[in-house]
Amino acid sequence: MPIDIDLMRLARISETVMETSSVKTLVFKDRLGSKASAGQFLMVWIPRIEEIPMSVMVSRREGHAAVTVKKHGKGTTALFEMDVGDFIGLRGPYGNRFTISTEFTNVLLIGGGTGLVPLLRLAVNITRLNIRCTLIIGARTKDEVIFEEYARKFLSDGKGKVIVTTDDGSYGLKGTASDGMVKTIGEERYDCVYTCGPEIMMKKIFEISKEQSLPVQASLERYMKCGIGICGSCCIDRWLVCRDGTVFDSNQLSRMKEFGMAFRDKDGQKLQYK
Amino acid sequence: MKGEKQSDTLSVNVGPMRLRNPTMLASGILGISQDIFERLYNNNIGAIVTKSISVDPMKGYANPTIVPLGNKTYLNAVGLSNPGVFAFSHEIMRNKFVPIVVSLVGSSEKDFPKMISFLDSLNVIGYEINLSCPHVSKMGMEIGDDPEMVSLIIRTIKRHTRKPISVKIGIGSMDVVEISRVAVESGADMITAINTVRAMKIDVQSMIPVLSNVIGGLSGKAIKPIGIRCVYEISKVLNVPVIGCGGVSSWEDVVEYMIAGASAVQIGSILGNSDDTFFNRITSGLKRYLARKGIKNIGEIVGLAHRY
Repeated sequence: MPIDIDLMRLARISETVMETSSVKTLVFKDRLGSKASAGQFLMVWIPRIEEIPMSVMVSRREGHAAVTVKKHGKGTTALFEMDVGDFIGLRGPYGNRFTISTEFTNVLLIGGGTGLVPLLRLAVNITRLNIRCTLIIGARTKDEVIFEEYARKFLSDGKGKVIVTTDDGSYGLKGTASDGMVKTIGEERYDCVYTCGPEIMMKKIFEISKEQSLPVQASLERYMKCGIGICGSCCIDRWLVCRDGTVFDSNQLSRMKEFGMAFRDKDGQKLQYK
Repeated sequence: MKGEKQSDTLSVNVGPMRLRNPTMLASGILGISQDIFERLYNNNIGAIVTKSISVDPMKGYANPTIVPLGNKTYLNAVGLSNPGVFAFSHEIMRNKFVPIVVSLVGSSEKDFPKMISFLDSLNVIGYEINLSCPHVSKMGMEIGDDPEMVSLIIRTIKRHTRKPISVKIGIGSMDVVEISRVAVESGADMITAINTVRAMKIDVQSMIPVLSNVIGGLSGKAIKPIGIRCVYEISKVLNVPVIGCGGVSSWEDVVEYMIAGASAVQIGSILGNSDDTFFNRITSGLKRYLARKGIKNIGEIVGLAHRY
């Protein structure tokens, strides 16, 4: 009988990796999660505390999946504090995926913070198709740069390259991820831009791409309760991030009035991005 | 408008509300965004019932708030999260063509005139009064089980609006027919039956209740036979339109509710497992059924089970 991905299953954390002082990767055995596509998410239950959508991180262990969490609110802090042997609940993977055309020869991936998670998964798939890949890792400061070593390892041997930007210039290129983008699109021709990270960053990347007529795919985030298209909490304009996304293309992004402008609070009130 | 053509066979009168087909969005599902309402309407839904709106914004409970249980059955304790009547009235202010019924929830009769003052001048076809939420204290079922409060709230609302109101009832400690009778005698134009049924889910591996609120409401396929029974009992006795709700996932379910006595049928949880073609599939299924039976308008099947 096929497994119902909606039914919650428990997973035991088998390994943790501290990425920075506030970012941690949790690895656990989960066959369904290990097969998730780039852009999909798991609903992760932290018993008696929260249930939160988390992008699926690559794990090198067969049959394992991982999530990378930055401690921020109640739920993410509790997840961050979990250790080897602790249990979490899982539903999913849910949502659509980044799409790759076999016509592509060179693509640009731009991620900020834990937004890098789906992009690493995507980068692995892209390099397998012999498409060249440039990954921009954006961070505020040197201490917040994550996944650099890992990305450099599999983007070596002519498969691609990694560019690190920091807002304060403490490491790599000084400036934002979109500054890094402007520089690299002046030097190379790309077929497509993939992005995930803070929405203001993605909006900027979308606008630069539009000027250059570069197609974009962006993985968006909204507050979610159900993950399966029932509650409506994650709506952005006429779309639901959980079912119609998380990945949206240039055409959809250009029709969104709320992209980079507004989001909904837990009670459904529309708030403006500052 | 595309919907007009089907008016011959599928249009229904639900009290003073005329809908192009008998499908309605159940309250609590996808109910906070005008853009989503328009998308559903363009996908051929008959009408929208919004999430229950309160005077002030409510954040609801922490997640998990919705637990899929398999077999198209769900458990939820969202906690009536909603943006409050002020923000919500702005949300639907530009509504031009979607038939919207606003669901209202309150903790005292004084809440309702306040909300109606924000909503009554907007393009809203009616109100549904949620007196049966099974998992929020002092709102919903605690009121629904108190006939004097039900009567006071309905009489108060009727003094403040000329729009039709439906009272949404659920499985509480009072008999569904008796509480419906109190609502109708106090002025309710319609009854919506039923709300979710109090239920619970425990994860046996961790030995922990899954919902943050521990107890919630059951919806989906498992409760459909209860909904059918309630619609049948209420519509057989009371002379007002009944709107069926609970576990509808196919056109056959819509037909079953209507034969039981429903004038229209609400659809909720199942939209979690569906796509944009859902309401077109329902309406074309209904049309084929009526054609096979030689029935000219779907209204003719309402309450056919009352013979038994």
